[in-house]
Amino acid sequence: MSDSNNNPGHDVVGRGGHRPARDLATVGHGGDPIEDPGLHPHVPRPTDVDEAAEKRAERQVATLFGLSSVFAILFVVAYITLKIGDKPTLFLGYGASNVALGTTLGLALLCIGVGAIQWARKLMSDVEIVEARHPSASSETDRTEAVAALNQGITDSGIGRRPLIRNSLLGAMGTLALPLVVLLRDLGPLPEGDLSGTVWKKGMRVVNDVAGTPIKPEEVQIGQLINAEPAVFFEEENGKPKFEGSRLNQAKGKAAVIVVRMRPSDITPAKGRENWGVEGILCYSKICTHVGCPISLWEQQTHHLLCPCHQSTFDLANNGKVVFGPAARSLPQLPLMVDSEGYLVAQRDFDEPVGPSFWERGDR
Amino acid sequence: MMSTVSSNGSKPAKTPRKNPVAGVATWADDRLGLASAAKKQVRKVFPDHWSFMLGEIALWSFVILLLTGTFLTLWFKPSMGEVVYNGSYDQLRGVSMSEAYESTLHLSFDVRGGLLMRQMHHWAAMLFVGAMFVHMMRVFMTGAFRKPREVNWMIGGLLLMLGILEGFAGYSLPDDLLSGTGLRIAQGLMQAIPVVGTYISFFAFGGEFPGDVIISRLYTVHILLIPGILLALIGAHMLLLVYQKHTQWPGPGRTNDNVVGYPMMPVYAAKAGGFFFIVFGVTALMGGLMSLNPVWRFGPYNPSQVTAGSQPDWYMGVAEGLLRIMPGWESHIFGFTISWNILVPGVIMPGVIYTVFFVYPFIEAWITGDKREHHLLQRPRNAPTRTAFLAGMMTLYGLLWLAGGNDIIAKQFHLNLNYITYFMRAAVFIGPVIAFLIARRWCIALQRADRDRLLHGYETGIIMRSPEGTYAEKHLPISTEQAFTLTSRDRDALVAPPSDADENGVANRKVKMMRLRSKLSSYWYGTTIQKPTRAELEEAHEHSAHELAKHEDGHQHLTSGEYNGDYALDGQAADGHQFDGRHAIEGDELRKH
Repeated sequence: MSDSNNNPGHDVVGRGGHRPARDLATVGHGGDPIEDPGLHPHVPRPTDVDEAAEKRAERQVATLFGLSSVFAILFVVAYITLKIGDKPTLFLGYGASNVALGTTLGLALLCIGVGAIQWARKLMSDVEIVEARHPSASSETDRTEAVAALNQGITDSGIGRRPLIRNSLLGAMGTLALPLVVLLRDLGPLPEGDLSGTVWKKGMRVVNDVAGTPIKPEEVQIGQLINAEPAVFFEEENGKPKFEGSRLNQAKGKAAVIVVRMRPSDITPAKGRENWGVEGILCYSKICTHVGCPISLWEQQTHHLLCPCHQSTFDLANNGKVVFGPAARSLPQLPLMVDSEGYLVAQRDFDEPVGPSFWERGDR
Repeated sequence: MMSTVSSNGSKPAKTPRKNPVAGVATWADDRLGLASAAKKQVRKVFPDHWSFMLGEIALWSFVILLLTGTFLTLWFKPSMGEVVYNGSYDQLRGVSMSEAYESTLHLSFDVRGGLLMRQMHHWAAMLFVGAMFVHMMRVFMTGAFRKPREVNWMIGGLLLMLGILEGFAGYSLPDDLLSGTGLRIAQGLMQAIPVVGTYISFFAFGGEFPGDVIISRLYTVHILLIPGILLALIGAHMLLLVYQKHTQWPGPGRTNDNVVGYPMMPVYAAKAGGFFFIVFGVTALMGGLMSLNPVWRFGPYNPSQVTAGSQPDWYMGVAEGLLRIMPGWESHIFGFTISWNILVPGVIMPGVIYTVFFVYPFIEAWITGDKREHHLLQRPRNAPTRTAFLAGMMTLYGLLWLAGGNDIIAKQFHLNLNYITYFMRAAVFIGPVIAFLIARRWCIALQRADRDRLLHGYETGIIMRSPEGTYAEKHLPISTEQAFTLTSRDRDALVAPPSDADENGVANRKVKMMRLRSKLSSYWYGTTIQKPTRAELEEAHEHSAHELAKHEDGHQHLTSGEYNGDYALDGQAADGHQFDGRHAIEGDELRKH
């Protein structure tokens, strides 16, 4: 072996990588500089030689196990005596029951664990035992025999000689994937156009999202932000809400909006959006264009709206443009107007899909 | 038939009595042939070291998860059907919510021990993933993944990935505002996948988000599908461990061909069994005393609401950080949208990092050309490049984790959120490199210190002043056992560049690969310190003997600095210490000439 570099002490294996495997003993100029002194002789512990120490350890272990029983019984006592639900924040922010049950159960278990380990460390033999390792690989003979048996099996089956059977079987197995995949079809409907539209339509009132009250422009202060929803979420049909349960959640996940009022002089509407607001009142989608969290952290002075999930920040005075964060698209804006009674209503649905981007969305 | 001879064989049994245990054992062995397997395994040897306990924590947490989880299923209703809450918790009475959330509240406030089990289940999950992480780092740093354990490393990697998914599925189940927000983000990630994203999302959620099926589907995944796979993989992990035997630290009598330690019965049965109870007990104390995921404070899920400062479970923090610091890039091609801002942090980066770790054993083996079996662990300093790589990855992880809480950091430390994010965008590239370089130099410095200890002994802290006035520190040799332990590691072998003969003989592409490999190998091992050879050790000892040889004046002369070997004044108060009251001064005098 010769060093092809100037790192003394290194060895070089394999000329050109053709001889990668080598025996441990041949590696190294000096081999092992120090002989193995062999296993350290066993040093007795106090409990091995001192009977008093041994008895003490025995008592410790038994006491721990005994304590465990005590705690287990206390657990049962706590379970029966302590009520739950009446004062859920009585103790450490919890009901007394939870604290008592957790503590007694924990200590009952810990006592068993600590006792068992104390037993192992102090009283069980601590003489180290040596066991030989065997290579993970099977022996050469075993390998040869296994390969021979496998080949015999393959020959007996005739799979090599009967390509017709083999190929038709492979084909059948492949085709079997179809039913498996097709079975999953009814997991859900196809997306179709569902993502592009919301329930907003011409003339639908923009209402407060808690009480469902319609909003008059003069009620909105400059700098104010209102969490709003389409009025249809609060309407009833034949005594039942038009939207409820998961349908309501699905519709809300797209149609939720925020209404803000800024000084008209601060707003720089994009071309075509000049009449989307009412006296400085603008309405934007509340669903973040990043991954869909509802946005509502409003910086009144900068007109910025910040998403609490990933901090995408949108400038509402400048058409909802992204000014910071991982979102790529402006916040969609809902064109507003007032109806005959003077309440804020939508001019029409959003011009673009709201919420996170997706493949088919295109560059609208 | 087994006899009733006492186990130590010292006292022969006088009156053979029928032993019921032996009877049952015989009955079982007649049918199951247990003795042949048991005779080897009962006294199987396991080496002892605290770091081998980390994987055990993960194992026992999993058992606790199965036990507490089963308890929870008895009350939890995985349904998104709307109900009006009418239970014990005042603040939410009369609020309409999903059955999943309602039954979680019921478990927490109306089932005795229910909240305890819920919190134990959640704490055990945190512990499960955390222990797997730390265990994996231990395996990585000590080289325990090397041949023949690569397959077990990969099984471990799958366990970690499934554990994280399982955790996410689990904390999404209560259908509170926080878990719903997590699901919304997951849905956004799915939807961003090119071509099939919207389809995946519609199929997973049974239509538009949130739909009414996701909780019951996640429930099946959470309590049946993933636990089943986890259980099978844990079984395989353990079987391989038993078959390949545990690795051990080098030391006197510990070689690559043996395993030294304590037997399974009784020591490890007691230690590991006892440890199960300790992990269980600690989890119970945490469940009883430490608040976790108080879903009653968040309220039911509502897609138009979110809590500021929302944070996922700790192991999702990295994904959150990636999402937060990614710039908002998006491309439009032929009317289609590619959302790099979501794809890169949500799909590509996790995939890349994960794949690198998954196949890492093979990458390292290829670079080092090492195809031998390794059963002795390496100290992290003895694999400087690998350790430094891990240090870089840990730095990346830590930075991303911090980035995942950038809003919390901004609030707590009154910092500008945007600047934190800009800082993190650069730091995730620079930080790991700095950590890598420092860790590598640090390892090499530690290797140098080891080499010094071998060649020159350890510093005794005794400063000797020679009659000439020179100060020198006495070094004493370390024990043979210590010296052997320090030297029982392999010499690093560089892979040679292809020779001329190879360059002409084989395909061009292969030569290029071989050249690359040789270069990587010399970077990998380039500056590492090798253990001294026998000749170097002897030379060091001769050198000290030479230094302390008597000069022509018949005396030894010390040079300043340090020395080892025997100096005539060793043990005497040659340094003026005779006046400190701790040295015998009788008959002790300095040379008089």
